[in-house]
Amino acid sequence: MTNSSPTLKPLVLVVDDYDDAREMYAEYLEFSGFRVAQARNGQEALDQAFALTPDIILMDLSLPIIDGWEATRRLKNDARTRAIPVVALTGHAMTGQSDEAKGAGCDSFVTKPCLPDELVAEVRRILALRGGAEAR
Amino acid sequence: MASFAPLAPSPPTTADARLALTEQLLACDAARPCAEAVVAWLTHHARAAAAACVAREEPGGRLVCLAAHGLTQTQCMELEARTEDPRHPLVEALGQQEPRFVSGPRAALPRVGAAGGVFTVPLGRAGSPPVGLLLVWASGPALPAEVSWVASHAGPFLARQAAGPLGPGGSGLFRRIIDAVVDPVLLTDLEGRPHLANARAEALLVAGPEASEGRRRAVKLNQRVFAAVLSSTAAGRVPGPSRREVPLVDPVEGMDLLFELVTQRVYEPDGREAMVSVLRNVTDLGRATQALGESYRRLRATEREARSERHRLDRVLDSVADPIILSAPSGGTVMMNDPAEKLFTPPPDAGRAAQRRVRSNHATFSSFLANLLGAEGSLRWRGQLGLVDPATGATRPMEAVASKVMGDGGELTGIVTLFHDRSEALEKARLLERLREVSTLLEARVQVATAELAEQNEKLRRQAIQLEQASAAKSQFLANMSHEFRTPLNAILGYTNMLLQGVSGELSPAQKRNLTRIDSNGRHLLEVINEILDITRIEAGRMPLNLSDFRIPELLQEVMAEMDPIIVRSKLAVSTHLAPRLPQVHGDRQKVKQVVLNLLSNALKFTHEGEVKVTAEYAPATSTMSISVTDTGIGVDPAYQEKIFEDFQQVDSSPTRAYGGTGLGLSICRRLATMLGGRVSLQSTPGQGSIFTLHFPRRTRRT
Repeated sequence: MTNSSPTLKPLVLVVDDYDDAREMYAEYLEFSGFRVAQARNGQEALDQAFALTPDIILMDLSLPIIDGWEATRRLKNDARTRAIPVVALTGHAMTGQSDEAKGAGCDSFVTKPCLPDELVAEVRRILALRGGAEAR
Repeated sequence: MASFAPLAPSPPTTADARLALTEQLLACDAARPCAEAVVAWLTHHARAAAAACVAREEPGGRLVCLAAHGLTQTQCMELEARTEDPRHPLVEALGQQEPRFVSGPRAALPRVGAAGGVFTVPLGRAGSPPVGLLLVWASGPALPAEVSWVASHAGPFLARQAAGPLGPGGSGLFRRIIDAVVDPVLLTDLEGRPHLANARAEALLVAGPEASEGRRRAVKLNQRVFAAVLSSTAAGRVPGPSRREVPLVDPVEGMDLLFELVTQRVYEPDGREAMVSVLRNVTDLGRATQALGESYRRLRATEREARSERHRLDRVLDSVADPIILSAPSGGTVMMNDPAEKLFTPPPDAGRAAQRRVRSNHATFSSFLANLLGAEGSLRWRGQLGLVDPATGATRPMEAVASKVMGDGGELTGIVTLFHDRSEALEKARLLERLREVSTLLEARVQVATAELAEQNEKLRRQAIQLEQASAAKSQFLANMSHEFRTPLNAILGYTNMLLQGVSGELSPAQKRNLTRIDSNGRHLLEVINEILDITRIEAGRMPLNLSDFRIPELLQEVMAEMDPIIVRSKLAVSTHLAPRLPQVHGDRQKVKQVVLNLLSNALKFTHEGEVKVTAEYAPATSTMSISVTDTGIGVDPAYQEKIFEDFQQVDSSPTRAYGGTGLGLSICRRLATMLGGRVSLQSTPGQGSIFTLHFPRRTRRT
């Protein structure tokens, strides 16, 4: 995988320690016309993000090694990855987590279960937002 | 009283005859017998043809024949003459100092037998005017020696007699003397008829012809009263002076006067008994006596009053429950009230024990008083006395306060001692002490109980903490459970969704139908998980209020859009009815939406045919927004209308129940409505349908 370029399809980094979910979203994203990279924990997510500079990151919050909040915080604190939108994904529907996620720097928050098409719709929305902003 | 006695006819010796006359004259106490003795002696011893003695009468200035010898009654009367006539030979002779011989016939001087003339011899004291004349009829102008001798002896005697009462009128001097006496003085007979009255007496008892009618009446009355008193006094025959009171009237002023009458029996010169009366005006004395009587009466009244006051004071003192003793400065008891008597005097049938107790009380009291008497300058002494009830022997603890009573001069006049029975106070103190003990005991018990309670509270607190911890653990468990359910469910729903979208290639209709059922069941499972999670969140207080401004029409539109697949499947007529001019709402949009979604899905679930209406209204009066979901479904039995809002409650909870669901939907609706500051109400008729309404304020406030 190489760095994203305007001509290429957007690269989505899907971070989730639950393989079925991660692979399902990856498959559907590819099916929907995205390039997809995957990471199984926070550390991998950071490595991938620095290495690939994806267009958007789907970050599960409950992750081994480094959790999603911490990983997001580090990404947002790094000049190389600061601009990359992070969509938080969580199965924890208890309140406060979305605030916490936003506090960590997440741009959007999606509660699982989230159907693949809904997730893709959200990704497109964020990217369109970002694209609009970049266009300006 | 002398009386005339004829002398012996034979001529005695001259000396003896003279001595006899002298003795006779000395025995006389009146002019008349004296004169009779003189003329009798002269006719006998001087061989005079006749002799007479005349005297000047006062007042009136008449010559009166006191005595005559050898003259007829008529000749005697001729001798009496008025002294105003200076040419009368006797008046003329009276003006002479020396005897004269009047010879020959002369007017007013009777002739007697062979006598050639009359000797006129003045009688009186040497150097003062004569008071009378001695007339001796003789033959020649040679004055017999006996006549000169008699005249020189009888003259002064007669003069002395003339100073006294010479007749009924008295002499001028005498008159003036008795007139000078301020008290009325009278000489009366025994019946009270006045012989002599001084000016004061006349003012009371005599009224002249010119006096007024009133005065005459007053005088008459006085006379009657006086006569009655006097005659009754005379009848009494009391020897010596007697005193009586006589009420008379002042004839001039008309005032009542009171006189003290002093009477003395006397003999008049003629030997008759008479009364001398002296009246002493005691009217003022009477008034004084009256005033004295009044004062005395007042004194008595005052005394009586004082006595009754004293009785009253005694009664007051006796009515005081506390003993009071008044002691003299010496310490002796002057007075005590009844309660004190009970302590300090033996009871009537006192035995020796009672006597001893009384003595003991006295001794205690005396030594107590000694403290005050011994303390110089101090006016009060207070002490506790252990007295004994004489009757029963019971101790009477007394508080005694003795106070000195000082006189005006600062001297000690008495000591008042007040006792106050301390039995009751001591009993109270004892009870109070007992109460304190009990109270202390009680307090200790309360402390024990409090400690126990505190322990219980601590236990409860720990239990509460444990419960809280358990609750938190439950919430955590449910949250974790939810998460654990969601993760695989997410994959199930995701893959199903992908398959249905043909991501893995085209599906046969049977595959598609089966996948749809998997999807439907998965969604239902998700719904249940969400509801459980909601309840958990609400109970754990982790359901925040997110307030924002929003509009009801848009919200209902969203709800209808979300429910569209189910609505389509239900084949019911579902409509929305919006009241005009619905205002913007400030509240938790998500919660309002969730409640409406729940109510609508509930209505769709329990309605088989007919319609479902969603209605939105606003009541400006109460600023309340209402969103109702009306159905034509099975309805709710009144018995269940409240119960269905409780957790896990369903109308039909039997194993064979016709409708699924967790029974949490309405419970969540009610909790959310409460969070919005509103409520959910239900109107329903079984078999005809229900109206569920969410009422909530236009502006939700944070609590």
